[in-house]
Amino acid sequence: MEYSLRLIPLLPFAGAALLFFFGRALRRDWAHIFATLAIAGSCLASAYAFFSALPEAREAGGLHDLVWTWMSSDSLKLDLGLRMDALSGVMCLIITFIGTLIHVYSIGYMSHEKDYARFFSYLNLFCGAMLVLVLGDSLPVLFIGWEGVGLCSYLLIGFWYQDKANADAGKKAFITNRIGDFGFLMGMFLLFEATGSLNIPDILALAQAKSPTLLMTIWSQPKAFWAALFLFIGATGKSAQVPLYVWLPDAMAGPTPVSALIHAATMVTAGVYMVARMGALYLLSPPAMAIVTLVGAFTALFAAIIGFAQNDFKKVLAYSTVSQLGFMFVGVGTSSFGTGIFHLLTHAFFKAGLFLCAGSVMHAMSGSGDITKMGGLRKLVPWTHGVFLVCLLAIIGAPLFSGFFSKDSIISAALATEIYGPDLAWVGKLAGVMLFVAALGTAFYMSRLYFLVFSGPCRADEETRRHIHESPPEMVAPLVLLAVGAALSGYLGFPGGLFDGTSLHIPNLLAEWLEPSVGHELHVSHLVEGGTMGASSVLAFAGLGLAWVFYGGGYREPVKKFAAAVPGVVSLVRDKFRVDELYGFLIIRPIRALSRGLFLVVDRILIDRILVGFPVMVVDVFGRLARSFQPGDAQRYVAVFAIGIAAVFYMITRPPKPEEIKVKVDHFAVDADAGQGLGGQDLRYFFDFDGDGVFDRSGPSPTAHFSYEGNGTYNINVVVQDPKWGTIRNLKTKVTVR
Amino acid sequence: MPTFNYLILSFILFLIGTTGVILRRNALIVLMSIELQLNAGNLAFLAFARALGDQKGNVFTFFVIALAAAEAAVGLAILVGIFRTRQTVNLDEVTLMKR
Repeated sequence: MEYSLRLIPLLPFAGAALLFFFGRALRRDWAHIFATLAIAGSCLASAYAFFSALPEAREAGGLHDLVWTWMSSDSLKLDLGLRMDALSGVMCLIITFIGTLIHVYSIGYMSHEKDYARFFSYLNLFCGAMLVLVLGDSLPVLFIGWEGVGLCSYLLIGFWYQDKANADAGKKAFITNRIGDFGFLMGMFLLFEATGSLNIPDILALAQAKSPTLLMTIWSQPKAFWAALFLFIGATGKSAQVPLYVWLPDAMAGPTPVSALIHAATMVTAGVYMVARMGALYLLSPPAMAIVTLVGAFTALFAAIIGFAQNDFKKVLAYSTVSQLGFMFVGVGTSSFGTGIFHLLTHAFFKAGLFLCAGSVMHAMSGSGDITKMGGLRKLVPWTHGVFLVCLLAIIGAPLFSGFFSKDSIISAALATEIYGPDLAWVGKLAGVMLFVAALGTAFYMSRLYFLVFSGPCRADEETRRHIHESPPEMVAPLVLLAVGAALSGYLGFPGGLFDGTSLHIPNLLAEWLEPSVGHELHVSHLVEGGTMGASSVLAFAGLGLAWVFYGGGYREPVKKFAAAVPGVVSLVRDKFRVDELYGFLIIRPIRALSRGLFLVVDRILIDRILVGFPVMVVDVFGRLARSFQPGDAQRYVAVFAIGIAAVFYMITRPPKPEEIKVKVDHFAVDADAGQGLGGQDLRYFFDFDGDGVFDRSGPSPTAHFSYEGNGTYNINVVVQDPKWGTIRNLKTKVTVR
Repeated sequence: MPTFNYLILSFILFLIGTTGVILRRNALIVLMSIELQLNAGNLAFLAFARALGDQKGNVFTFFVIALAAAEAAVGLAILVGIFRTRQTVNLDEVTLMKR
């Protein structure tokens, strides 16, 4: 069904353009009013499209908007088209709703900034690009959004670009993402080669029909596997999974609202969205699904462990985000795409809430995020504390909070799924167990964060402590709304059939919405479902309790003893397993060395010396030669000109050259008449027949006769004179008389 | 007097003018030499006009005189301008555009 979807991304784009070009001229309050209205309008448009227009269009494959035909060449026809089905609709709602809240929050958070309009311009640009990403009807349009959000991420991480560390973090994010994007492009090329189309619905239809073109084997795996794998490499970059997760913790250099919106709630979930979007393709290849699941599970566990020992508020949350994204990938990797998106939704609320709390706390702590210097903030920032507590309970999976439902549905899906086939059946079980451990870890490090920041005595210095204050209302209001979402959004995706047959039936709204896009919810037996819920509740409280033992009210005895007992382990974890150093050693240093070698050999010698130097030399030599003809001295030009004119004048006034010599029997006749030139009239001819220097005949006639007296060889010389100009020509020849 | 003699005179005048243009370094003398060249041309025009009994040559002479006057005016103005800025009319020293 055609529907004007373009309004949704266009509003933020318009806001971004307005603020980008005229932001400096606008008053500060106009800047945030425009930006916030743009994204709020986009939110309303999304909500209207989703709740009012979309239900009617479910059968037709969702709402479609052909903006224009982008390119049409032979078999490739590419439209700049947008499509909203349930999946992209849910994403739109998340992006625009959270986006609006974070815009409002930014009004307070960024109020002391100089580049106010630039910040809101980028934020709007990001929202527009993200909406293009989720609404894109074809892979290239999706890719435009994909690159657009990457660009905004780069711009916003390096927002305070005067500080080199921030600019470097931006570059790191961008370059790491480029590696993933390369994979994404390869996947796109492969799909085009296999299916002849880049249109997502076309590709999915072929995948659903198990088209032989997609199942053709290369290197003992079907093409679908390779395409899915390459696309997933793109997802690991954008969504910060092992091995490309390293940029996300550094991305915390950006302003906190950016961390909340881009690096927690929306952009980093693009990979999860993409895998869910291309779900039918992934379903063709169980090994690809297994890779997605295992990478997700490993990332979830690995990042959670790193989170144990981080001492920066936002760094803890960053690793938590990496870890939670791993959960989502397990969700989509087990073919229950709905649960992945469900966790994406709940995570968007509680992680955005946590980040905004971090911003609020750092605001109170005069900008510092060092949790070793915090503590006891519960009374000082009560609203922030309350919101953080709700979001904490949501993320650790405390019963009845949102994270509880979404996380459990992922774990139970991992335990129950059977899509990997008999050979790889262990994948789901292993992932489930890893996620249990990761959930325990999550509960531990998040509770640790909570206790270190909010409980016990304050460890900040006197100066900072005096300034601690609750944030202004425009910051607190979005926090409260996010806390409500973090508490309640779980009920949108209440696990299917948990209370079936009782009076307590709660429908799984999200699964119903998403069914046309991603298929049926995975069926999970009540036993697994209930068992998972029980186990993870226990683990959540175990983690909480453990954290209380170690950190309740500040650093306690057990944690000091533990750190003293195994200092090596603690420092290894605190240094993030030194993965950055490993990459530096394995990749960056060899590339540096290679680049330096190339610079010295190719650039310095081949290009500078040979390719540039040689043409320069040639041009220089010819230039010197040509310069001697151009001394810049007008008089010399006149002299040359005069000589030239004289030469031309001489040439055209010369008499014609005599040509013909006729031989008679006993004497010679020379006919020197060779037609008329310019000076042809009144010529005089002089003939010397025997070469003795004395002219034997002369006169105006071109012919002359002469008889030789004896045999022999004679030189003949004929001279033609133009008496008017005095110019002459002559002809010499030889004759033999027998 | 035969036309040829006029032409010889015209040629000699032109040669003197050209030599002056080429060899002299004083811009004022160069301008004068150019006048000499133009007048050599005029003489040739007039000689032919008389020999052929045709008035076109005379007419052209007037044109050339008018042109010579205009050229002298512009040329001298430029010369004055150069002298004002550079304090010289020596052509060897007026080399601003040479490199």
